[in-house]
Amino acid sequence: MTRPVRSLLVLTALIVGAIVTATPLLWMISASFMPTGEATTYPPRLLPSHATAEHYRDLFSRLNFGRTFLNSTIIAGGTTLISVLLNSMAGYAFAKLKFRGRDRLFAFLIGALAIPLQVGMLPLFLFLKSIHLVNTYWGVMMPSLATIFGIFLMRQFMIGIPDEILEAARMDGASEMKIYRRIILPLSIPVIVTLAIFQFMSIWNDFMWPLIVLTDNAKYTLPVAIANLVGEHVQDAELMMAGSVITVLPVLLLFLFLQRYYIAGLMAGSVKG
Amino acid sequence: MRSDARAAALFLTPAMVIIGFFFLLPAAAAFLLSLTDFDIYALGDIHNVRLVGLRNYHDLLHNAVFWRALLNTIYFTLVGGPLTVIVALGAALLLNAKAARWKSLFRTIYFAPVVTTIVAVAIVWRYLYHPRFGLFNRVLDLIGIGPIDWLGDTRWAMPAIILLAVWKNFGYQMIIFVAGLQSIPEELYESARIDGAGPWQQFRHVTVPMLAPTFLFVGIITAISFLQFFAEPYVMTRGGPLDATLSMVMLMYEQGFRWWNMGNGAAIAFILFLFIIGGTLLQLWVQKRRA
Repeated sequence: MTRPVRSLLVLTALIVGAIVTATPLLWMISASFMPTGEATTYPPRLLPSHATAEHYRDLFSRLNFGRTFLNSTIIAGGTTLISVLLNSMAGYAFAKLKFRGRDRLFAFLIGALAIPLQVGMLPLFLFLKSIHLVNTYWGVMMPSLATIFGIFLMRQFMIGIPDEILEAARMDGASEMKIYRRIILPLSIPVIVTLAIFQFMSIWNDFMWPLIVLTDNAKYTLPVAIANLVGEHVQDAELMMAGSVITVLPVLLLFLFLQRYYIAGLMAGSVKG
Repeated sequence: MRSDARAAALFLTPAMVIIGFFFLLPAAAAFLLSLTDFDIYALGDIHNVRLVGLRNYHDLLHNAVFWRALLNTIYFTLVGGPLTVIVALGAALLLNAKAARWKSLFRTIYFAPVVTTIVAVAIVWRYLYHPRFGLFNRVLDLIGIGPIDWLGDTRWAMPAIILLAVWKNFGYQMIIFVAGLQSIPEELYESARIDGAGPWQQFRHVTVPMLAPTFLFVGIITAISFLQFFAEPYVMTRGGPLDATLSMVMLMYEQGFRWWNMGNGAAIAFILFLFIIGGTLLQLWVQKRRA
């Protein structure tokens, strides 16, 4: 095979793959702008005959999606902020502070990574019920406020911060809290951004746990709300596509703008798994 | 040696409390819960709980629906997992080819499904699979194949969900394969070429062995995440038709949170956990034997 023929083959395969991969998402966006009924015609349409935003209006005005969007934002945003704080503190302790049993505790946590979240969900629900956190934002957020993966990511990064800087600060009488705030945090911005994106996306996309914890429509997150909506509105394909766009778009945009950090975190996580 | 025990306690306690109370203790408690008959009456009054030993496990093993869910989960994992890995490797090879252009654009497109919300894309795919108006049957129609009732036919529902899972997940494995491919020294390919190896032989005798650790990692994470599938059947089929797509996690959810048979649900969760550990150990063992 000559070189130009091979390049052409590779490029063709890449383009076909890209079309196949992108079609479901593009069709979702296109169908969300179709007039009612147009997404369920034969033969199926790829583009709206004329674009309309009526389904988006419908979602926000009639189906209270503004509130739902806000719920998702508060839960994902709040979890992200707190978990970055708690994970970075713990990561600092594991990376730079010396105490008895440190490495054993860390190894234990890494081992516990093998336990899937679902295993503890039933007892966790009963625990939340006993402390009256069922059907609250906090109930959804609690299990993600500190994560082993987050601590691991932080520790791996902070180990690379030279000890000399910290020693010099200690000589000057800085407390560990001050060192953490003034030296560790500013130097860890890249990994903090990475963890923040990961956290935000995984909480935003999470379905099973908010489905279990939230019982009240007004508190639903977007995935729970659209899964609920599809039950009653399965005929309204265009409406459901608009709901899907609202759910997917924020995380998709976040990824497009910050993918450098996202991929970095993905690779860091895969070094040790 | 300097000891920072006091500072360490301050920095660690918040995270450890969260992980302990909201992750580790519940996971341990799940096993205890699975030894009880905790149900809706116990939810009302805790005094109604009794220890029943392994009865929940015994009941599950004699329950046809549980076996259905178990076999479905194994089917989904053993077919969907390898399929995802193959597509991911193919995409990674294309992206890594010298002849490839606009690599970062293609990488972004291939990766995009990974970051999307599974519930939302499962809803989208539900319409794509529509027997009359869906794009899938339209494409089949154009090449002369009759319509398939993707989600309504017991034979096709699981393949349909697997196809969605492959599309949704392959980008993640692809990124890891690309990194693995880039870490293979170019000299190995050169000396293979000098020995007269063609592209296929280079792939077989250089790429595949050099990627072995990557395969192990990708295989384990894929198996773990596939064993836990839930949102796809929940949104697309509700586990049907005739339980053809009912998964272990979905059965646990139904038993535990819909019917409040929490002892029974915990036993399902624990069996799933054993499968995840078992699958991980099996892959490590296979890899060790081949090395």
